[in-house]
Amino acid sequence: MSQAVTDLDPPPHSAPSQGRASGGIRLLLSNEFGLVVLIAATFLAFALTLDGFISPFSLFTIGRQIGIDTMIGLAMMAVIVTGGLDLSVGAIGVCAAMAFGWLVQILGLPIALAIPVTLLFGASLGFINGFTVVKSGVHSFIITLASMSIFFGMMIFLTKAAAFNGLPAEVQAFGKMKYFKTISPLLLISIAVCLGLTTFYKLTPLGRQMLAAGANPRAAELSGIRTGQMVVACHMLTGALAALAGLMVTARTGASVPSMAGHLGQDWLLPAFLAPVLGGTLLSGGRVSVIGTLLGAGFVNVMTSGLLLMRVGEFWILASLGMMLLIAVLADRARQQFLQTKGMI
Amino acid sequence: MAVQANTDTRLTRAFDNDWIGPGLVSAVAVIGISLFQPAFLSSFNIFVLLAAISVNMVIALGQLVIIGIGQMNLALGSIGGLVAISFVGVIERLGVSVPVALILGLGIGVTAGMVSGTIIARTAISAFIITLAGLQIFKGINLGITEAQPFYGVPDVVKTFGNGSVVGPLPWLLVPMVICSLGIWYLFNHMRIGRHILAMGSNPHAAELSGIDPKATIIWAHALSGLLAAVAGIMLVAKLQIGQPTIGDDWLISSFAAPVIGGAVLSGGRVSVGGTFFGVVIIAIITQALVMFAIDPFAVQIVLGALILWAVAINRLREVRIQRVQARGATP
Repeated sequence: MSQAVTDLDPPPHSAPSQGRASGGIRLLLSNEFGLVVLIAATFLAFALTLDGFISPFSLFTIGRQIGIDTMIGLAMMAVIVTGGLDLSVGAIGVCAAMAFGWLVQILGLPIALAIPVTLLFGASLGFINGFTVVKSGVHSFIITLASMSIFFGMMIFLTKAAAFNGLPAEVQAFGKMKYFKTISPLLLISIAVCLGLTTFYKLTPLGRQMLAAGANPRAAELSGIRTGQMVVACHMLTGALAALAGLMVTARTGASVPSMAGHLGQDWLLPAFLAPVLGGTLLSGGRVSVIGTLLGAGFVNVMTSGLLLMRVGEFWILASLGMMLLIAVLADRARQQFLQTKGMI
Repeated sequence: MAVQANTDTRLTRAFDNDWIGPGLVSAVAVIGISLFQPAFLSSFNIFVLLAAISVNMVIALGQLVIIGIGQMNLALGSIGGLVAISFVGVIERLGVSVPVALILGLGIGVTAGMVSGTIIARTAISAFIITLAGLQIFKGINLGITEAQPFYGVPDVVKTFGNGSVVGPLPWLLVPMVICSLGIWYLFNHMRIGRHILAMGSNPHAAELSGIDPKATIIWAHALSGLLAAVAGIMLVAKLQIGQPTIGDDWLISSFAAPVIGGAVLSGGRVSVGGTFFGVVIIAIITQALVMFAIDPFAVQIVLGALILWAVAINRLREVRIQRVQARGATP
């Protein structure tokens, strides 16, 4: 009856594996380990060959961008858990950033109060998505395609496409703040959220239920989990994380700008999928890799800044990011097939 | 005009008229708006409307082919954009003649589609992620070539084609649109490949068991989608009289909106060329009306999104009704 877009339905699940002797090999073949090696290798190569790659300022900007991309990736990851996706992350992020600008600049709310209100606002936009998906039984692709258009259109309509430039100086100062001349607080926030989410998915009942509902909705339903509620909860989490990412971009630019994620927020789509997919999150749902998402964003940004320093035109970098996504999914495929032939899955 | 694979024929026929709903809505909208604003039916306005409808219809057909197989093509717009700038680029920089540039452009579109189709078919990775990668790659190549600057050297023949009229308010752009629409309609109704696409869309396993080659079908569908994207890209070059690198950036929403309004089921297997046409007409009328009544142009975004939701709701209702009828038919 409510057929999901079949295309997004399962490639074979890599269920928790039983093979015992091969533990070491499995670790070596895990996404996380592969990414650590890749990051280390590219970082070393760039550091040795490129002047200025390990200058404090370069490290600071790379780290800050990793922080932002990680948050965008986590926002998408939170909904991929259900086997769905959310095309409107960018639109939610921009809407939240503009809401923050309005709250602080026009209403004069203190920042400490405006931040939680903004996150709640993001979560409520996510709620609208999740609620519509569950109630209509239509795949989240088409629902969030519509809502990205509606959210973004509303935002432009209400703000008249004008930026909020008069934010308090603290906002921009936060974006420029450095610890030890190199580490941005934005990166630290993302790492903290990663740790929080890992705990959430591993240890809390709600997190485990989200994963169970994503891995096998029918079995989850039979064992007493309300899968509908879980889907709504995942979308709300996505909304809140997207709002947080929007706030981080606002801190970086020092202003709330409607065009910060491109037309309809489409510019966030690539980082949103690239980081989790590189990190080993399954698009069919049920399996997340929070640390993998952080590492995925890390690899992408080390690569990007290295290529930029090598004077590869910034437009070609867009193409190479697309190639990277392609290679990542192909490598993941090959890895799964290898594991299957060795009987490790 | 609608096509549905493997269902009871009498039943299908009853709900077959996917295009009637959107057709009625378009007719009412035209009459309603022209009562308030007689200029709506002026020859000039009709010309503008038809030109917009022509381009958007070809774009929608490009997505429709992929929807038929139960996938999606996010790279549609970036293929169109890449073809558009290559078409003008080879004419301006290499002095290639228009017909050769045309063949080259269409070739790029087909190749781009075939590459993504082959990867999807060979690896069975979701089309969403492959075409998302394709979107970035093709867009990146586009910007790498143009450095975000447009090519201006569009020959006069092409400009005339994009802005001249055959007779009265009928633009030349209608010609490729009609050819593509009839072609796709014929493909889905009378050709083996069209039936294979729909069979794959409604039930891939059954299709494979009945001897359809799934890989070839997927590659065919994506190549066709790339070809249609290329045609639309070149049509836009002719209409805008400039090789803009931004061509294709805004195709995503409308390319899905029109088929969905026209009754296409996103899980595949059911598409309607006629319904899609009226979906395109509805979107064009609304966009035009918002301009005529001097409503904020950004409202178009909101309306488009709302239209998709509305169409999805209608399709769901109809699905439920069909199922109820089927259930009643099944009990003796």
